[in-house]
Amino acid sequence: MVVAFVLLLVAIASVLFHLFSPWWWTPLASNWGYIDDTITLTFWITGAVFSAVVVFMAYCVFRFHHKEGRQAAYNPENKKLEWWLSIGTAIGVAAMLAPGLVVWHQFVTVPAGATEVEVVGQQWMWSYRLPGKDGRLGTSDARDVSSDNPLGLNPNDSNGKDDIVIQNDDLHLPVGKPVKVLLRSIDVLHDFYVPEFRAKMDMIPGSVTYYWFTPTRTGTFEVLCAELCGAAHAQMRSKVIVEEEKEYHAWLEKQRTFAEVSGQHNVAKAAYKTGSE
Amino acid sequence: MVDIPFDEVAGIPPAEVGEVELYHPKSWWTRYVFSQDAKVIAIQYSLTASAIGLVALVLSWMMRLQLGFPGTFSFIDANQYLQFITMHGMIMVIYLLTALFLGGFGNYLIPLMVGARDMVFPYVNMLSYWVYLLAVLVLASTFFVPGGPTGAGWTLYPPQAILSGTPGQDWGIILMLASLILFIIGFTMGGLNYVVTVLQARTRGMTLMRMPLTVWGIFTATVMALLAFPALFVASVMLLLDRILGTSFFMPTLVEMGQLTKYGGGSPILFQHLFWFFGHPEVYIVALPAFGIISDLISVHARKNIFGYRMMVWAIVAIGALSFVVWAHHMYVSGMNPYFGFFFATTTLIIAIPTAIKVYNWVLTLWRGDIHLTVPMLFALAFIITFVNGGLTGLFLGNVVVDVPLSDTMFVVAHFHMVMGIAPIMAVFGGIYHWYPKVTGRMLNEALGRFHFWVSFLGAYAVFFPMHYLGLLGMPRRYHDIGETAFIPASAHDLNAFMSVAALIVGFAQMVFLFNLIWSLFKGKEAGGNPWGAASLEWQTPETPPGHGNWGKELPIVYRWAYDYSVPGATRDFVPQNEPPARLSAQGAHP
Repeated sequence: MVVAFVLLLVAIASVLFHLFSPWWWTPLASNWGYIDDTITLTFWITGAVFSAVVVFMAYCVFRFHHKEGRQAAYNPENKKLEWWLSIGTAIGVAAMLAPGLVVWHQFVTVPAGATEVEVVGQQWMWSYRLPGKDGRLGTSDARDVSSDNPLGLNPNDSNGKDDIVIQNDDLHLPVGKPVKVLLRSIDVLHDFYVPEFRAKMDMIPGSVTYYWFTPTRTGTFEVLCAELCGAAHAQMRSKVIVEEEKEYHAWLEKQRTFAEVSGQHNVAKAAYKTGSE
Repeated sequence: MVDIPFDEVAGIPPAEVGEVELYHPKSWWTRYVFSQDAKVIAIQYSLTASAIGLVALVLSWMMRLQLGFPGTFSFIDANQYLQFITMHGMIMVIYLLTALFLGGFGNYLIPLMVGARDMVFPYVNMLSYWVYLLAVLVLASTFFVPGGPTGAGWTLYPPQAILSGTPGQDWGIILMLASLILFIIGFTMGGLNYVVTVLQARTRGMTLMRMPLTVWGIFTATVMALLAFPALFVASVMLLLDRILGTSFFMPTLVEMGQLTKYGGGSPILFQHLFWFFGHPEVYIVALPAFGIISDLISVHARKNIFGYRMMVWAIVAIGALSFVVWAHHMYVSGMNPYFGFFFATTTLIIAIPTAIKVYNWVLTLWRGDIHLTVPMLFALAFIITFVNGGLTGLFLGNVVVDVPLSDTMFVVAHFHMVMGIAPIMAVFGGIYHWYPKVTGRMLNEALGRFHFWVSFLGAYAVFFPMHYLGLLGMPRRYHDIGETAFIPASAHDLNAFMSVAALIVGFAQMVFLFNLIWSLFKGKEAGGNPWGAASLEWQTPETPPGHGNWGKELPIVYRWAYDYSVPGATRDFVPQNEPPARLSAQGAHP
């Protein structure tokens, strides 16, 4: 039976492709190993169901294909069987959903000690902002965007003066420290996507979205945009460099603050004086 | 369910709407062009949908050429690639599949399957087609306007959809939205017809629980579409206002190419909620008719009643209802409140249960059947494989935390092509091979059909199965050229090239299918009225193809469900729905 054989072959080929595929996820570089585990679990359950259904079909075609004199059985329903299958399916679904929701709870619960890092998307480049010595990021607004303030930081917010601005350059992060990534866009939707970190989230003009992760190994990781953002969507690239604390601080020392970038040194001081009077 | 009510013959109440007054065409124009006959409208819908579908097929070749061999073809650049994916997606989902299943299959089969003479509002039904045609023409015109069609992606997410960084910002997006609005107006006219016809115009004895599952699928899908499309309608109108009049429904304060715009205060996420409140039911608007068609194909060609009919009906209804509370699983990483994830992941995975029941009942129908491996049956088998495959990968994407790494990658592209591209199209093909003899009176050529089947099924599987693994690797979707990317190995480019070649071969097989459709119209084997030995009502018409008014002088009376195959003791291996029990018992059947 050619048809039954081909059906069987589809099931076998799919499983073999899965087992021997050289195309697999990138080596993990964050704490989200649980996500990978949930995917693996889902592969096992769904793979078993897929194989079972296709092999069963192939068997039916092999065993019950039309021959002279064959008559089909007449059995409209079998309540018991249908209930057992439903319950079995429900258990399988629960086995995937429950761990998924547990991991999701971790995903949305940012640890208290996480450092904030802001990522700003715009057509078509990435910029970053780190809190300065005060540990706080200043406010921002798309209305404040100008050529010497491309990220639209609020010039009147004193928290923002010492913020470190990295425009259209790579982001450095220390290894092993949880990071809360605040995501912001000044024009259209973007999505800060580093495959090795597993996490991603859209950035929406007008709001600040977030996710958190802990980089777990050093290295250079490519940043892509994962939400269609116009003509040069595919070219919107950047890099995240995860390094040891010491190297990170050496890099941090060389970065410029918002006040320096926007030439606001004097303005800032003047404003401070006015404020103190 | 099973019991054939022997004593109910006299007790079958008359249909709620008895004979309707039919419009009788007076000229060639009103018979074939401005026809009010659902069968003609069905063919008009099908031909128009197929024509625009061919455009989408050619677009898919362009996309595959670009992805498989980036930089080789100078006539495809980044902008055009985005325009191709947008138009391909929109055409396939709305203008081809929705129109073909509901306007095509729905119009042809509903009156015939429920024993009506026509749709209940024939004039509105005719208008529905002409408005649909206008929508298609407006859509097609965007290829010829300055700036070309919109390249915003079929999801048309603002703000980028209406800003200048996206191709087709001048005319493309405006005409796209106008076309969608027209489509929804046209669909609503048709959809009301399908629903009212099923509810009001069934013939005597055709209870709801005796309807073929094809009718159940199309009926439920139409009800869903009538509830879901309004969300897209308002979203389209609002986006159009944002684009033309400068309102800010979906537009927050933002910068366009370095310049502050006048927009402010709107919410891009609001559009996504409206879009997916339509968009998720839309998946099932395409899937439910396919479920119904596949149930009937399997039953007829395995000469066996569909297993667990009642469960199948309730599964369709349950899926239809549940599909309205899962939409935000398309938005897990959209930046909406992340706590929504718990709710939507749960509802989404619950849908897997009624869906799985349908799959079990299909394969259990095969069990101990008398399986005729006709072309429609082959397509039905291919549907089950591709649908199960695509449905199972849906469990990855529906489970919120698993979706995070996979969303916006080629995994998603592979998933939805498998589950709502390949699978429904397998159902469409199976349906066409199955009902073509009723529509034309001739059989489609079997050898060409088998060639078409094997190339389409195995080819499409070879395109989309490996594609999941590119997504797993992290390859993002909607990239015209992945270029130099550290984590993408060279072998991934080879795989892309392989998939492109497979896609082109599948495309070629569709040309064979088109040839078969035309050739068989003239040279196909005479079919007779009921070539498959099917029990449902559409095969019992006095004429083939069915004449105006479908049933000759008297409407049929229905005595049983549509699945009396291989009934023990019956002389034939099927009992038509309109065969009176008296005659059956004379043949010595025992229910």
